[in-house]
Amino acid sequence: MAATVDPRGRLETAAPAAIELRGISKAFGPVQANRDIDLRVERGTIHGIIGENGAGKSTLMSILYGFYKPDVGDILVGGRPLTIADSQTAIRAGIGMVFQHFKLVPNFTVLENIILGAEEGRLLRPSLAKARGVLRQLAQEYELNVDPDETVENLSVGHQQRVEILKALYRQADILILDEPTGVLTPAEADHLFRILEGLRAEGKTIILITHKLREIMEITDTVSVMRRGEMVASVRTADTSPEELAELMVGRKVLLNVQKAPATPGQPVLEIRGLRMVDGSGVERLRGIDLEIRAGEILGVAGVSGNGQTQLLEILGGYPEKGSRLSGEIRMNGTPLPLSGGACNAAERRRQGIGHIPEDRQAEGLIMDFAAWENVAFGYHDAPEYGHGPLMDRDAIRRDAEGKIARFDVRPPTCDLAARNFSGGNQQKIVVAREIERNPDLLLIGQPTRGVDIGAIEFIHKRIVELRDAGKAILLVSVELDEIMSLSDRIAVMFDGRIMGERLSGQATTGDLGLLMAGIDPASAPPQDGNAPAGHPSEDPKTPRVS
Amino acid sequence: MDLNTVLQILDSAVRLMTPLLLACLAGLYSERAGVFDIGLEGKMLMAAFTAASVAALTGNVWLGLIAGLAGSLALAAVHGAASITFRGNQLISGVAINFLASGLTVLLGQKIFGLGGRTPSLTPGAELDAQVTPFRAWLSGITGPDTAAALTATPRFGDITLPFADSLRGIPVVGPLYAEVISGHTILVYVAFLMVPLTWWVLYRTRFGLRLRAVGENPASVDTAGVSVTRLRFAAVAIAGLLCGLAGAYLATGLSAGFVKEMTAGRGFIALAALIFAKWRPWGALGATFLFGLLEAIANRYPNLDLGIVTVPSMFMNALPYILTVVILAGFVGRAVPPRAGGEPYVKER
Repeated sequence: MAATVDPRGRLETAAPAAIELRGISKAFGPVQANRDIDLRVERGTIHGIIGENGAGKSTLMSILYGFYKPDVGDILVGGRPLTIADSQTAIRAGIGMVFQHFKLVPNFTVLENIILGAEEGRLLRPSLAKARGVLRQLAQEYELNVDPDETVENLSVGHQQRVEILKALYRQADILILDEPTGVLTPAEADHLFRILEGLRAEGKTIILITHKLREIMEITDTVSVMRRGEMVASVRTADTSPEELAELMVGRKVLLNVQKAPATPGQPVLEIRGLRMVDGSGVERLRGIDLEIRAGEILGVAGVSGNGQTQLLEILGGYPEKGSRLSGEIRMNGTPLPLSGGACNAAERRRQGIGHIPEDRQAEGLIMDFAAWENVAFGYHDAPEYGHGPLMDRDAIRRDAEGKIARFDVRPPTCDLAARNFSGGNQQKIVVAREIERNPDLLLIGQPTRGVDIGAIEFIHKRIVELRDAGKAILLVSVELDEIMSLSDRIAVMFDGRIMGERLSGQATTGDLGLLMAGIDPASAPPQDGNAPAGHPSEDPKTPRVS
Repeated sequence: MDLNTVLQILDSAVRLMTPLLLACLAGLYSERAGVFDIGLEGKMLMAAFTAASVAALTGNVWLGLIAGLAGSLALAAVHGAASITFRGNQLISGVAINFLASGLTVLLGQKIFGLGGRTPSLTPGAELDAQVTPFRAWLSGITGPDTAAALTATPRFGDITLPFADSLRGIPVVGPLYAEVISGHTILVYVAFLMVPLTWWVLYRTRFGLRLRAVGENPASVDTAGVSVTRLRFAAVAIAGLLCGLAGAYLATGLSAGFVKEMTAGRGFIALAALIFAKWRPWGALGATFLFGLLEAIANRYPNLDLGIVTVPSMFMNALPYILTVVILAGFVGRAVPPRAGGEPYVKER
């Protein structure tokens, strides 16, 4: 790669950059999606933009494609300032975009999709004929073979993506933006895509690749920029950096939180997961053989860059795997197997089994935002005998219970009639935490407990989690905040690409070590770290030979 | 049942299916662009009222037709504003339009004509003359009395006899079919039938049609291609308004002579059922609306259908089109996939 393109040489030439962003900011209501972003992408290079979900990558690219207007900041295309008010302007400036969710008309043919919006005249026939010719040419040039008369919904995802790329090339895009292009692809399809991208670069096209996968950045980009929480934290040549450095930049470091806790005294295994695999509705394998064990009286932290299967793991354990997914493997709770599908696999049943769950997305899954705090305190347990008689709710009992919880968890304002929406993020989270912890579950699943939560509430929530552990309960903590994982966990498992890359005891783990695991690199490069994993169950994962 | 009866029923079916066909095509444009339109009924009713009123006041059916188009278009604009600009619920907007039209036509009709919500009959006579006189007098001041009299003497669409209709009558089957069923309708009937191939051509052979179909399936694809979703959808809703206007004008000034309250009698909803039956395709719309028109014609012809053993009562025969509607909507049509983005206001996703 370095032989064909020398980014160093290009950087030193005075030629204007293909794209230059200066001081771009964009807010959606109170959420600052992009803050003072500077970016320079040289002509004829592949530039990676990496960052976690929600870091603001897609927003930035949508601004570049005229989907959103930046609040402030300038965009220069080929050295000339340009106000991109709509997608038409972006297309005319030679910018093409391949969205993460394809913008194709499913029941149109490939040709119809390609000419849509770029027709030659009022009648279709000449446009279709021209597109057919151009398509044949592009197919030869870049290995972009697609049957032009096939209906798009009958194409594989990889071929649909090719149609998107062809759409951009048909509009004579010089700058191609790809948003998470490999998220839906099989490894073979991804490799093919990368060959196409290299071919495009060789033709002098500029490519911006948005991803949260480090492997792709290292494999194909010339330069890379890292985004975190709406800010551009670094822009470096790929050759000058390493996956570990990028992982650290992506996740970032916060002030080390101090959690007072005594050493754990693990007891009997509470939850055992064996060879858990999950293929989602679109056929992508999200979990590739998870083996985990959580004992009574310990906190197992699951670290990893988001999007590596943590969400799926929590949803499966919580009893609501993604619709249309296929599961295999075994989960045992206190020795009894839990159903992975069917009617008995539901959140209520899991709660009856003693599994509490603080979901990752509290606003979507943890609370009903327009319902009052006292109602939210009962949710999930509303059938409990103390909350009512038969089909009737005992409002007074629920309210009394809610008032107690609100007082003990210091929810502010301490009014149980206020709708969940009107509490701050930290106090919303306290309502969820109070509901789940006070049920005294044998196993508590926690996803991102302190996301969007202020420092004071973080400390409080951490303290309560440790108290639950000391009461002899098992806790599974999933967080993308490495510091939170390191300060709270007794044992740390790192997830990467649907697998457990390795396990470390809390005291022995270093950020560098964990960073490597999070980047999918096993520092020991010896057989997987089964040494730390609870012994006695050989991994059922055949370790499919995938470069990752 | 002799040939003559069959021909009469077919002739009647053609007349009765025309408003259904126009409304069905109206719904097709709108829904193919992703805007559900249960306000077809209301738009037709409004058009019938405005067309009949203006025809009654001016004695000129062409002015009536323009008024019909305008009345329907005004309600279409309301629907467009509510469901496209303000991203409101399309079904609620449609229901509101139906209620609005139902109330407004009767209210205005009573206010203007004082006949309990109906317009004067558009057949020549004293009742009509009384309404037309002021306009005729005013017009004679400009054009002279003879021209004015001529211009105000056509309150209804007349039947058109196609060429050779009489001379070909002698040919067995085909001759009478041509003379009785195909010839002898008002201009709007022929316009309605021409709309079918025209709609097919627009949808599948033009740039506008491609974009229209795309915006009903995946508006994001149109938006990212740099084409305005809003403008496309407004265009579709406007076309729907014009077609409903034709349908309403035909009802009041072609099929019958004047407006009576609630004269659409659910035809807008039957057109919607036909649209589903037609799977949102123009030729399908022709077939589906013909079926409904035929049923209505049979019901009209045989109020009490004698089947030998039992006599089907007239109530049942009159209810037949509506029963068929229920049966079709209940899923008799098999898999009818509506436009995927139908009913959803387009909001750019983050």
